Amino acid sequence: MEEQKKNTEEASAQQEPLMEVQNITKRFPGVLALDNVSLKFMPGEVHAVVGENGAGKSTLMKIMAGAYFPDSGELYLSGKKVSFSHPQEAQAMGITIIYQEFNLLPERTVAHNIFLGREPSTFGIVDVGKMNKQAEDVLKEIGVEKMISPTSLVSSLSVAEQQLVEIAKAISFRAKVLIMDEPTAALTYTEVNLLAGLIGKLKDRGMSIIFISHRLVEVFDIAEKITVLKDGQLVNTVNTKDVTPADLVFMMVGRTLDHYFPPLGKPEDFGEVVLRVKDASNNFLKDINFELRKGEVLGIAGLQGSGRTEMAQAIFGVVPFKTGSVELHGKAITIKSPSHAIKNRLGFVTEDRKAEGIIPMQPIRDNMLLTVRSTQPIFGAIHKDGIRKSRNLVPTLGKQVDIRTDSYDREAQFLSGGNQQKVVLSKWLASDADVFIFDEPTRGIDVEAKAGIHDMIRVLTKNGIAVLMISSELPEIIGMSDRVLVMWDGHIEGELPAKSSEHEIMLMATGGKKDNKYQSLAVAGKE
Amino acid sequence: MTTTTVSGNWFKKFLRSVRIPPVYIFLIVIFLGGGVLDQIFSDGQIFTNQAIFINIIVRSVALGIVAVGQTLVIVGASIDLSVAYVISITAVMSSYIMQGEPANVPKAILVVFAIGALIGLVNGLIITKLHVNSFITTLGTSLIIKGIINATFSNYTGSVPKSFQYFGYSTIGPIPVAVIVLLVVVIAGWLVLSRTKFGSHLYAVGGNVEVARLSGLRTDRVIIGAHILCSMTAVLTGLFLVSRLQSGSPWVGPDGLYDLESIATTVVGGTALAGGKGGVWGTLAGVLIFGVLDTVFNQLGVNPYLKTVLRGAIIVLAVASYTYRSKKEAA
Repeated sequence: MEEQKKNTEEASAQQEPLMEVQNITKRFPGVLALDNVSLKFMPGEVHAVVGENGAGKSTLMKIMAGAYFPDSGELYLSGKKVSFSHPQEAQAMGITIIYQEFNLLPERTVAHNIFLGREPSTFGIVDVGKMNKQAEDVLKEIGVEKMISPTSLVSSLSVAEQQLVEIAKAISFRAKVLIMDEPTAALTYTEVNLLAGLIGKLKDRGMSIIFISHRLVEVFDIAEKITVLKDGQLVNTVNTKDVTPADLVFMMVGRTLDHYFPPLGKPEDFGEVVLRVKDASNNFLKDINFELRKGEVLGIAGLQGSGRTEMAQAIFGVVPFKTGSVELHGKAITIKSPSHAIKNRLGFVTEDRKAEGIIPMQPIRDNMLLTVRSTQPIFGAIHKDGIRKSRNLVPTLGKQVDIRTDSYDREAQFLSGGNQQKVVLSKWLASDADVFIFDEPTRGIDVEAKAGIHDMIRVLTKNGIAVLMISSELPEIIGMSDRVLVMWDGHIEGELPAKSSEHEIMLMATGGKKDNKYQSLAVAGKE
Repeated sequence: MTTTTVSGNWFKKFLRSVRIPPVYIFLIVIFLGGGVLDQIFSDGQIFTNQAIFINIIVRSVALGIVAVGQTLVIVGASIDLSVAYVISITAVMSSYIMQGEPANVPKAILVVFAIGALIGLVNGLIITKLHVNSFITTLGTSLIIKGIINATFSNYTGSVPKSFQYFGYSTIGPIPVAVIVLLVVVIAGWLVLSRTKFGSHLYAVGGNVEVARLSGLRTDRVIIGAHILCSMTAVLTGLFLVSRLQSGSPWVGPDGLYDLESIATTVVGGTALAGGKGGVWGTLAGVLIFGVLDTVFNQLGVNPYLKTVLRGAIIVLAVASYTYRSKKEAA
């Protein structure tokens, strides 16, 4: 690997880097997102940035595109030091970023989107003909004029076509550096090939293409150089031809667990099957099959967009399954809505705390009682701290999950992330659920609160509750799960036993098992 | 959305560029349905009497003009509740200044447009610079205007000269001047939205203000501009009403429900209340739907209270059908 590094450096010495970041450090509350990262990007080069979720990839890209300001460190463009206070400044200097969530106006035409804010006009009258013509020229430049008409509405285009519009927009800015965040995440195989071809063309024009990806197959197909980030630090930058996917996976995950997890369940802790999903499918999921037993934590691993959250939502009735069967407590059931799910003693601790978990402007007390009250008859008596017999539910629960606040009247928005998560948890504890779904239970909270929540999940299972735990953090999956299901592309790719390695999970989660090409690469790497 | 016809390429192209909204189908259905009911239960004049047809449009002029302005504002994801009182202040001020003298007409028109522009500017500034929600802002300004009018004028004030009534009553050939004015306003609104930078930016701001800002648009100016234009259309409606009523009254705006009905017709016409989508042609259809309904109800002698109930039901139905459709498309 030393040699590879040398090669890379030699290549760099011959050519002036188009863009360079030096000693970039960025800290968010409670997290060191980037720690002293330095990288060079050459003209005419495709550079992939890989790493686990939370490795700092997106933060680095946003700093390069002017959306974030680094705490320390410098950016250089063609050897000159630059600093951006707004994404527009970066754009004006030729750095364009395409986010995973596109910045397009769906109800406007392709041409309007490409030239938004720069419409060719005389005295405020837009020359639509000229604009369409220019848009067509740009589309021609990237060779997609036959697929996309400048006058089509963006909402009528497929995700891949929308991405091409974003690229066309970047081209029209005369971008020199094009950054793409997970450009292939939502694309089909043929669309990926199209994108790869296009990237090749852009490269030949001397542009520097930087892309973040979780799909190693494509990284190996498209990129010449790969940078691995881990926990905000640069692990290495390598030439693609010098490494194997197996090397890369090792670089991405090679670390020890950094915090204590409660002991896993013992075989005698597991009881009968409480939830059984059979051949269930909907628009996002296909052929979901699994069983969940009393007292176990079933970890759900998979990359973003692999269908993890969709599966949780399907089980909980947010976006129900369309076909297949679900059995709960031994009875076949079709869960049509969340309130139906709660009545059947399901609990769902959601991923997006702000949007789905707490009502920020309501007191902690009312947040904790949401589920209990939802199953109350409309004219049932409500007490300040609970309902019916359990009139002191709030203080009891508060103690149980250890919410740190001076008063339960405080609005939930003023709590720390960890404490907010505890409020969400207590809400579900109050509901009497015996099947819990956790979607990213510890995302964005500090280590101490994390450990507290992990302990609590184990307390739940000890009490005979079954837990389905979705997580992007592999250490969490490995540290907590009695079994692991790995999802990929809307289905369950496979099941792994407790204490499987991060390597095994990642291999399965990147579609390794399915994709022959990748598999052959991976096998080659192991030899 | 676009229909295929034999009339050739340019016609198809025209239809596509205008983007005929589906609400026109709804309009035609209501017109034909109403006409059939009229044939069966009444004298059948809707289909035979051309005067009734024109009358539908004339009745729609006042609402139509201001609804075009409202459409601009709503496309920008804002709203204007102050239009009813802008109409009132226009009516009383213009007839007060004219006092039946043709010589005063230009002065009166100038003054009321200046007042309208000022109100629109204030609305826009409060919304963009003080970050007050547009609903509350325009509710507030409309109350302020109401107070000022009521303190100053208590009844019909002044009168308009005969020559000014030309606007309200004359015809060019068989077509009333007012109808031409409405068409001009609709076409102008369409051109503004589809052909100008301002219109383009308005869609962007209404669609996603963050995208607009990151693309370098001055989003505040766009919103302020839309509010000024909207108030100007309210002024024009006020002038039309005063030319027909011959004297300005302080309650002409709120009595006509121009605030809520302009919003309702805009939304029935397919413009999203959340902004970023829609256009004036749909709004025109919405306005005509209201006009047709009124005429049909009058022909059939429907109880006026029932009339209001039916109107409300149709607004809700029309909008529900859009969300149903878009949901189906999404799934």
